[in-house]
Amino acid sequence: MTTVPHPPQQTAATDQPRLRIRGLKKSFNGRTILNGIDLDVPAGQSTVIIGGSGNGKSLLLRCILGLIEPDAGTIEIDGENIIGASRSRREALLRRIGMLFQNAALFDSMSVLDNILFGLKAKGPDRNKDRASQEQEALHLLELVGLGPYVAPLNPAELSGGMQKRVGLARALAGQPDILFFDEPTTGLDPIMSAVIDGLISNCVTRLGSTALTITHDMTSVTRIGDHAAMLYGGKIIWHGPAETLMNSGNPIVDQFTHGRLEGPIPTGSLTAGTTEKR
Amino acid sequence: MRALSLPFIFLGRGVLGGLHHAGALSLFALRGLAGVVRLPFYGQIILSCLIEIGFLSLPVVALTAIFSGAVIALQSYSGFSQYHAQNAVGGIVVMAITKELGPVLAGLMVAGRIGAAIAAQIGAMRVTDQIDALSTLATDPIKYLVTPRLLAGILALPFLVLIADILGIAGGFIVAVGKLGFSPALYIHSTYASLHTHDVLVGLLKAAVFGFLIALLGCYEGYHSRGGAEGVGRAATATVVTASILILAFDYLLTDLFFTA
Repeated sequence: MTTVPHPPQQTAATDQPRLRIRGLKKSFNGRTILNGIDLDVPAGQSTVIIGGSGNGKSLLLRCILGLIEPDAGTIEIDGENIIGASRSRREALLRRIGMLFQNAALFDSMSVLDNILFGLKAKGPDRNKDRASQEQEALHLLELVGLGPYVAPLNPAELSGGMQKRVGLARALAGQPDILFFDEPTTGLDPIMSAVIDGLISNCVTRLGSTALTITHDMTSVTRIGDHAAMLYGGKIIWHGPAETLMNSGNPIVDQFTHGRLEGPIPTGSLTAGTTEKR
Repeated sequence: MRALSLPFIFLGRGVLGGLHHAGALSLFALRGLAGVVRLPFYGQIILSCLIEIGFLSLPVVALTAIFSGAVIALQSYSGFSQYHAQNAVGGIVVMAITKELGPVLAGLMVAGRIGAAIAAQIGAMRVTDQIDALSTLATDPIKYLVTPRLLAGILALPFLVLIADILGIAGGFIVAVGKLGFSPALYIHSTYASLHTHDVLVGLLKAAVFGFLIALLGCYEGYHSRGGAEGVGRAATATVVTASILILAFDYLLTDLFFTA
């Protein structure tokens, strides 16, 4: 018997965002990376954050996941501030979150099946079920991400990048999370595999009712998977709006980034300056 | 004036850096040991660490012990024969092996084999986000990765040293009887006469400390490795070098602590 991840939990106030970030700051060695992030992620919808390399997008995700302690600010999930929460409370909140890392971060000492079983045993509501039932559930999750049972005994190193990301997604879904984070899910994939991964992310939101927060550089992905988009620049969210308006935001910084222009308010450095001169 | 103060500045920085490192290592060790009393209990992982550290290190430790015992027998014979004290060879072999060479050589061998492997395993997990993935799967990485290795190190090294003691003494016996012409009964008698429970137990205690240090340093360096494959390599090297030095330093401290004239 297999189960399908449950729909998101209902919040007390329907207009309350699932995730609310206020005044989030983080510095390293005197260099401010996040300088007062304010962001609302609505429940049951997909929000995409874009921004240049080194602007702190992945750092923002790590702060939300509790992997890095921010210097200031609040991060609320359904109104509960997770910063400073007790270990047991944080673990309980983490059980509601699934994360797909940029490189999938599969455990390379385990088979594909064991990777998914790990997710089931660690976070799944049926983690005390017998092994056979859990294996059935793991195979169902593989099927959900478009992979057959033949990959179950393989080692992650034997899979292509796209297949690893699908297994990573299956592992993330094993805990039946109602919030999903995706860190550059299509980086390094060919256009068709990118479309497949984008389709799976969209499915998580539309079919499973999850809340998704994705970080990406891929503008095609933004339009495919995003209900909302935000741009992180200079340590702040400088623009936030419907994803379909991203390419015509009217913000010069966002427009330069989304259209990949060398000229504009974003400094492009000496190498690209030389390129501009040649042109 | 500034040139004169430079050595003190470097010394001060070195001391502060060393203290910071020692403090961070101690806190890491406490977090790892605290995992022993918190659920869940990862019995299967502890068992696989015990096999990796204990059982799979047996050939290396066994060969080292046999040859060490054999060499001590040869060297002590050449020295003692000048004073017609050849009969002391058996006693010297047993004392050298049980008190010092068994635990120290097993410790150094395991530091090279296992310390580097632990640092590389955990370091590779760190640089490929697998440790962060554990956290997002509501699993405490310290309890899952560090605690089982610390426990296995503490339990496996005494077992290895016990085997090393037996094989080291056997190595001395083979050379003494087979090459130097000792009577087997006489050699065994002199070995028994010099074999003290206290020496063996102190050796096993040393082994437990060395096992803890090797596992702790491997986990600590791996857990804090940065910078891709190069960082993992640095972590493995740092583990072997630091563990080897600490084994020798703690060997002196423990010998001094349990010293009896």
